[in-house]
Amino acid sequence: MPVQVLGEVLSMRRVGAYHAMTLVAPGIAERTKPGHFVALQVGGPESSMLLRRAFAIYDVKERGVYGGTVEFIFSVHGKGTAWLAARRPQDKIDVVGPLGKPFRLPKGKVNATLVGGGYGSAPLLPLARALRDRGCRVDFVLGAASIDRLFGQLDAKRMSSSIAVTTDDGSMGEQGRVSDVLPQVLDRTRCDVVYACGPMAMLRAVSELAAERGIPSQVAVEESMACGIGVCMTCVLPVIGDDGISRMVRSCVEGPVFLGDRVRWNDVGTVPADVLGAPMSTGGGH
Amino acid sequence: MSELTVRPATAQALPAVDLTTRLGDATFPNPVFTASGCAAAGQELEQFFDVRLLGGVVTKSIMLAPRSGRPTPRMAETPSGMLNSIGLQGPGIDAFLEHDLAWLAARGARAVVSIAGGSVEDYAKLAMRLRGQPGLAMVEVNISCPNVEDRGQVFACDPVAASGVIQAVRRNTDNRVPVFAKLSPDVTDIATIARACVNAGADGLSVINTLLGMAIDTTTMRPALGGVTGGLSGPAIRPVAVRCVWQVHQALPEVPILGMGGIRTGLDALEFVLAGASAVSVGTTVFGDPTAPIRVLHELAHALAQRGFERIEDAVGFAHRAPELYIPEEPDPVGDDEPLPARRSVGFEEDR
Ligand SMILES: Cc1cc2nc3c(=O)[nH]c(=O)nc-3n(C[C@H](O)[C@H](O)[C@H](O)COP(=O)(O)OP(=O)(O)OC[C@H]3O[C@@H](n4cnc5c(N)ncnc54)[C@H](O)[C@@H]3O)c2cc1C
Ligand SMILES: Cc1cc2nc3c(=O)[nH]c(=O)nc-3n(C[C@H](O)[C@H](O)[C@H](O)COP(=O)(O)O)c2cc1C
Ligand code: FES
Repeated sequence: MPVQVLGEVLSMRRVGAYHAMTLVAPGIAERTKPGHFVALQVGGPESSMLLRRAFAIYDVKERGVYGGTVEFIFSVHGKGTAWLAARRPQDKIDVVGPLGKPFRLPKGKVNATLVGGGYGSAPLLPLARALRDRGCRVDFVLGAASIDRLFGQLDAKRMSSSIAVTTDDGSMGEQGRVSDVLPQVLDRTRCDVVYACGPMAMLRAVSELAAERGIPSQVAVEESMACGIGVCMTCVLPVIGDDGISRMVRSCVEGPVFLGDRVRWNDVGTVPADVLGAPMSTGGGH
Repeated sequence: MSELTVRPATAQALPAVDLTTRLGDATFPNPVFTASGCAAAGQELEQFFDVRLLGGVVTKSIMLAPRSGRPTPRMAETPSGMLNSIGLQGPGIDAFLEHDLAWLAARGARAVVSIAGGSVEDYAKLAMRLRGQPGLAMVEVNISCPNVEDRGQVFACDPVAASGVIQAVRRNTDNRVPVFAKLSPDVTDIATIARACVNAGADGLSVINTLLGMAIDTTTMRPALGGVTGGLSGPAIRPVAVRCVWQVHQALPEVPILGMGGIRTGLDALEFVLAGASAVSVGTTVFGDPTAPIRVLHELAHALAQRGFERIEDAVGFAHRAPELYIPEEPDPVGDDEPLPARRSVGFEEDR
């Protein structure tokens, strides 16, 4: 169950091209599992930016000197993230969390491959820790446009049996995409389950590569969100349900983590004709 | 660090203002409601506060059949507002009654069910399905929908089409349950539509729905919304909404109004009350601040108390009243037949 808290910035740091913000936010850390996210108000109380910004939770501490803290990694994208990047310790920010459905952990000791794109590696690091605590083997595949957009590769290396890195420009690891190296990793490690977080195109490629091998995948999607708590219906994508019926589901409450083979990747951004309630015979309205 | 608080601040006492408000034949303990499409059916908000504390929960407009809505992106943030093109995604009336209204009833919340359709018959059927449902406090008719039988003309923009819908809903709704027509601001004269709806049997009016708007993404150089155009909401539209409430109250002073459009604070809500609203809905603000309706309720109560109102009822439409003239209650101390005493000359002290 999420809480709404007036958080306080404890620290800000730069990590390559990204910013890391740690907030004192009592009540959130205790409830957080890997894959959960927080939604922040931006711009202060008189802000003209009305909507919350969503960020995957990277690290939590249940009891610091000041109470529970939450850390997330972000890149400056538009006005809201630019405002966040300009915050300083002791600034106040309204935060809601933890939100969404987290990654589901396997029951037994299995071999897990974790695939992260850009800042998408942030929620995979606490997941790796949780998997290792259960005795799972963890292998990482991390990719980004360039070296400064990789996140957490050192921690990932420490927590895994192997790590493969790709960059678009070859500034670190192999030049190319994670999908270029993933097949070998899946086969070499006798992978049982794949977890992924990153851009939608990457998640699609990862889901397909896993599905081809009959390996289950769990992917954390990133859809544009207005509320993050399930009341606005903006964050939907077509997902196949347990009953085989496709629905436009809210990624903020039913996701952001979905089974990779349930997301209709071809149809994201559209309303496929066989989705429940389609086609729109009557049009219009809001 | 000490001022870090978990919100909402618990059980803050409301000042001694009678907040009871009447909308048609229904009485609500206070005038702050959610807005249709901005609170789903209350369950998600219940994680943040007790939805029974609200005057009522206005549910997302429901249609007869399940509906998938429009393609993404469905939202674009604009200065102090947002555009949405959700396309009335919803589970259809059967699932709504079974899961959503049943939950609200069990919770003891007052449900204002918003209905939407593509034809007069759709609306009539929806009203029939709602008959006798426990928990139903009021019906809000979203007439900002295209009429499939009239080349997609929006009901809310045509007094005849709007009356047809309202008449059908009123006829098929329990007598004790008020029917409110929700008006669109995208019309030449909102009072004309308001009057048509009231003549067709509406017990009150919800004012306003979103304004039609559009944004273009300058990177892709394409419309920002999957649905191309969308509804504008949030504080950006508040002056338009206050104007609409003012005009409707002026034209129909006896008809109760549920006012909305960009309410963010208690003073914003008070503006609507002073313009003529008996209750208000908090919509888009909830996306950025899930506990906002409770905050607005407290702020409104304090704002009324500060201004000396003992009952919210007395503040409804107050801004329409002419500044009052001073009429002495005592008879003139000087009798009619007595001559006025001569005026004395006044001397002033020197400035030191
Ligand atoms: C579940 C989830 C987890 C995320 N985790 C991270 C993370 O760990 N690090 C990180 O840097 N970014 C993350 N994002 C993306 C981040 O939310 C957006 O970059 C951010 O909202 C952009 O805000 P802005 O004001 O800078 O941009 P603007 O374009 O000005 O934002 C305008 C509006 O669009 C919404 N929006 C725009 N882009 C996105 C997007 N990609 N996803 C969701 N909403 C968007 C914003 O919330 C806002 O309401 C995540 C998104 C989701 C949905
Ligand atoms: C995302 C979204 C969905 C909405 N859905 C509906 C709806 O289903 N039915 C309806 O009558 N109004 C709907 N509205 C309009 C609101 O109920 C309200 O009239 C309008 O947004 C103005 O109030 P606000 O500025 O406080 O949001 C919706 C508004 C938004 C932002
Ligand atoms: S972001 Fe509002 S429902 Fe998901």
